[in-house]
Amino acid sequence: MKFGLFLGCNIPARLSQYETSTRAILARLGVVLADIKQFNCCGYPIRNLDYKTFVLAAARNLALAEKNNVNLLSLCKCCYGSLKKADHLLKEDTLLRQEINNILKKEYLEYRGDVEVKHLLSLLYHDVGLGGIKEKIEKPFSGLNIATHYGCHALRPSQIVAFDDPVAPTIFDQLVEVTGAESISWSAKLDCCGAPAWGINDDLSMDLTEKKLKDGRQSGAEYLCAACTYCQIQFDTVQEIILSSRGNNLNLPSVLYPQLLGLSMGMDGKTLGLSMNQLSIDGIEDFFFVPESEEVEG
Amino acid sequence: MFFTISLYLALAVFGVGLLYKISTWFRHRIGLDAKECSTAERAAAAIKGIAITLFSGKILTLFRVFIVDVLLQIRVLRQDFLRWLMHICLYVGFMLLLLMHALDKFITSVLFPEYYSTINPFMFLRDLFGFLVILGIAIALYRRFIMKVPRLQTGGQDYYALTILTVIMISGVLLEGTKITSYSRYQEMVEEYTIAADEEELRALETYWVKEFGVVSPTVKAPFDDELLESGREAHEMSCVQCHSKPQSAFLGYTTAKIISPIALGLDRAKISTILLYIHFLACWLGLAYLPFSKMFHLFASPLSLLANSVMDKETSSPANIATRQIIELDACTHCGSCTVNCSVGIAFESIPNLNILPSEKIGSLRKLASGNHLTEQQLRHVQEGIYLCTNCERCTLVCPVGINLQDMWFSAREALLERGYPEFFVLSPFSYYRGLMRQSLVEDGYREPLERAREAIAAECHFMSPNKLIPLSPADRAFRSDLSLSAQASTFSVCFGCQSCTTVCPVVANFDNPEEVLGVLPHQIMHACGLGVSDLALGSNMLWDCLTCYQCQEHCPQGVSITDVLYELKNVAVKQAKQKAS
Repeated sequence: MKFGLFLGCNIPARLSQYETSTRAILARLGVVLADIKQFNCCGYPIRNLDYKTFVLAAARNLALAEKNNVNLLSLCKCCYGSLKKADHLLKEDTLLRQEINNILKKEYLEYRGDVEVKHLLSLLYHDVGLGGIKEKIEKPFSGLNIATHYGCHALRPSQIVAFDDPVAPTIFDQLVEVTGAESISWSAKLDCCGAPAWGINDDLSMDLTEKKLKDGRQSGAEYLCAACTYCQIQFDTVQEIILSSRGNNLNLPSVLYPQLLGLSMGMDGKTLGLSMNQLSIDGIEDFFFVPESEEVEG
Repeated sequence: MFFTISLYLALAVFGVGLLYKISTWFRHRIGLDAKECSTAERAAAAIKGIAITLFSGKILTLFRVFIVDVLLQIRVLRQDFLRWLMHICLYVGFMLLLLMHALDKFITSVLFPEYYSTINPFMFLRDLFGFLVILGIAIALYRRFIMKVPRLQTGGQDYYALTILTVIMISGVLLEGTKITSYSRYQEMVEEYTIAADEEELRALETYWVKEFGVVSPTVKAPFDDELLESGREAHEMSCVQCHSKPQSAFLGYTTAKIISPIALGLDRAKISTILLYIHFLACWLGLAYLPFSKMFHLFASPLSLLANSVMDKETSSPANIATRQIIELDACTHCGSCTVNCSVGIAFESIPNLNILPSEKIGSLRKLASGNHLTEQQLRHVQEGIYLCTNCERCTLVCPVGINLQDMWFSAREALLERGYPEFFVLSPFSYYRGLMRQSLVEDGYREPLERAREAIAAECHFMSPNKLIPLSPADRAFRSDLSLSAQASTFSVCFGCQSCTTVCPVVANFDNPEEVLGVLPHQIMHACGLGVSDLALGSNMLWDCLTCYQCQEHCPQGVSITDVLYELKNVAVKQAKQKAS
C-alpha cells in the first residue's frame, strides 16, 4: 500500500530539509509516496485545551488517508503520537466516533478505522528492512559517534503507539548503525527533548534540553540524531538560542536521520539540505570510511 | 443632464473615498511596532522606500510580478483552474467593457475614428465581454452557493459585489434586447438617418428590419413579401448599413430580443428601455461611488499588496513600511477564502464556534480593530483566541492570491492583542512554540506577561491553592469527579494507591530542588486530589501546565493509571472553568 506523507505544520514552514531529505532517501529505497494537500494539523497543539477538537483534527487526516486509500506516514513523533492516540480513541469509543463522523460528513469524509499510522523509522525498519537499506549504502561512516534521540511520543504510551520496546528500544540504534556510524549508549537517550515546554515555560524547556546536550557530549557523541520535527527544532534552533542566552559551550548539533542515511547512500549535502540546519553539521562528512589503500595513495 | 450630474456626483464621492482610504494606509495600525511611527513618518518612509526600490534592481522583480501575478494571476491558477477562469473572465471582461464601452467617447472613438457602438466588431465585442463577465459571475455563484466548499464564508461584501455586477450586466443585456425590438427606437433612427421619405420605401425598410433586425412592429408582421424585402434591403443599404451591423452579432442582446419579442410592443410602450437605461447607469455610478468602501477596492489594493510583498521582508524593510503595508493588505483581501480553505486548523471551527479561527474572517476583525472601531471585551477575546489558535504553518501566506503576508500579520496582531491584558489560555499549549522561537524579536516583559496572566487566571478560580486558605473538610466534589469523562482513560485515577512512581520518574519534578514550591502539587498528589474530588488542588497547580506529556508517569504506573491523560483532561477542565468565569 502507498503511504500518504503527513508533513504536519512545522516541516513546510520551518524544517523543509526534513521533507526533502526524506523524499530523497525514500525514492532511493523505492517507497512510493502520495501527497494529500488537504491534510491539516494533527491535533497535538489543541489537545491541552480542547480534547474533542484534537480528536476531530486527527480524525480528518485519518479519514482523508482512507478516502485516498493510503496509509499515513508521519515524520514528526508528536504528530505520530497524536494520530495514534486519536485512532485508538475513535476505535474504542463508538459514541465519539459517531459524533466526529457527523462533522466529517459535511466534507464527504468518514473515519472507518482502516488506516495504519506509521512513523518514518518504523517504515524503514519494518517495511524496507535493514537488509534493504544496507544494499544502498555507498559511503558508510566510520568512527562517527551518534547519540540517538528516540522521542517521547513515539515510545509512550507504549500500548497505544506500539513503536518499539518503551524501556529498551533498539530500532533507531540499528538504523543508525546500518550507516556505519556508532550509536552510543547514553543515559538521557529516552528523555524528553524539552520542546513541549518551549514557548510555555522556556526556562524549564532549556533546562531539559541542556541536560540532554550535556549527557550526550559527556557520553562521547559527536552529533545528536533525531527523527522528529519538534525534537529537531529544539536541538537546532532552540539550542542556538540556549547557546546565545545561557552562554555556555554545550554545542552538540543534531542531524536528522534521513540526512544521515542519505549521506551514507552517497547523496550530496545540497539534496539533503544540510546547510539549512542552524547549527552546522558539515563536519559529519569528515567521518566517511576511507579504505586504507586509498589513504596511502592520498 | 441628470446623467451628467449624477456621474460627477459619483466621481466626486469616489475621489474623496479614494483619498480617504489612502490616508488610512498611513494612519491605521495593527501591530505594536506600528505604534511607534507617526503618520508623517510612515508617509515619508513609504516615499523613500518606493524611490529606493524604483532605482534598484528590484524594479525587475516588480515588473515580473506585475505581469505574472497582477495581470495573469498565476497565483490563483496555482490554486484552482476554475477560480482562475472565474476571475479572469470577470476582470478581463469588465476592464474591456469599461475601456471600450463605458469610456467609448474618450478611448474607442479616439483610437478608431469610424467607431459606432452599433457596428461590428464593436457590437460583437461588447456582447463577448459582457458574456465573459456573466460567465464569471455564474462560476462565482456556483462556487459560493452550490459547490459548498467546507468553511468558505460568504459575507455582506461578497453579496454586494456579486449583486452590483449582476445588476449592471443584466440591465445592460436587457437594455440591448429591448432596444433591438423597440419600434419607437426604430422610428427615431429612421427620422434621424433615412434620406428617402417615400411611404412605400419606408414600409419596405420596416419590413426588412422586422425580418432581419428583430424589430417588433405593430403593423408589419410575417409572412413578408419578397419584393418588399428586396426594396427594403436596397433602402437599408442606402441609409443604414454604414452605421448598423446586423444585431445577431450582439448575441446576448439578440437572444434576449427573440425571447421578449411576443411582449416587445408592450415593453416599448411602457418605455422599459428607458427604465433599464437608468438602472444600468445608476448601478454603474453606485458601483463607482461605493468602490473605495467596498471589497471592489481590491482593484487598487491587491496589485499594491502583490508588488509590495515581492520586494519587502521583515528583516530589511523599515517597521514603518511594514505597518503601512499591513493596512494596505487589509484592503487587498478579496475574501476569496483561499486561506480558510487551506488553513491547517480551520477544522477546529467545526467544534469551537469562533469565526475568528478562520483566517479570512480574522482579516475582517482586524480591519475593524485597525480602524479603531470599538470591540467589546468578549469580541476582543474571540479575536485573540482565533489568532492564537494557529500553528504558524504559513499555508495561508503561501496560497493568498493577492500576496498578503498573513503570517506576519497574525504575528503583529497577536502581540498587540495580548498586550491588552485579557488572558489567553491557548498560550499554555504548543501553539506557543513559534512564539517562543520568535522571542528574540519581542520585548522580554511583553513576552512573559501573557504566559503568567493565563496561569494566574486559571489559578484564581482555584482558591485552595492560596497558601493561607483554610481547607474546609467539605464532602468530596462528586460532580467534578464524574465530569472527568471526556475519555474513558481519565477515570483511571480512582485506582491510584499513592506509590509516587509517577512523581519519581517525572522529568519536570526532577528538574527542581524544591518541586512542590515551584509546581504546587505533584503528579501523585493530583491523582489523589482527583480521587478526593478536591477540584481546586487538581486544577490549580503549575504542574498541569509544566507537564511535558512525555508519558513517563503513565508508562511507569504499576496500577495502570493513565496519569498523562488525566492531566490532559484536567487542563481542559481548568480552562473551561476559567473561560466560563470570564464570560
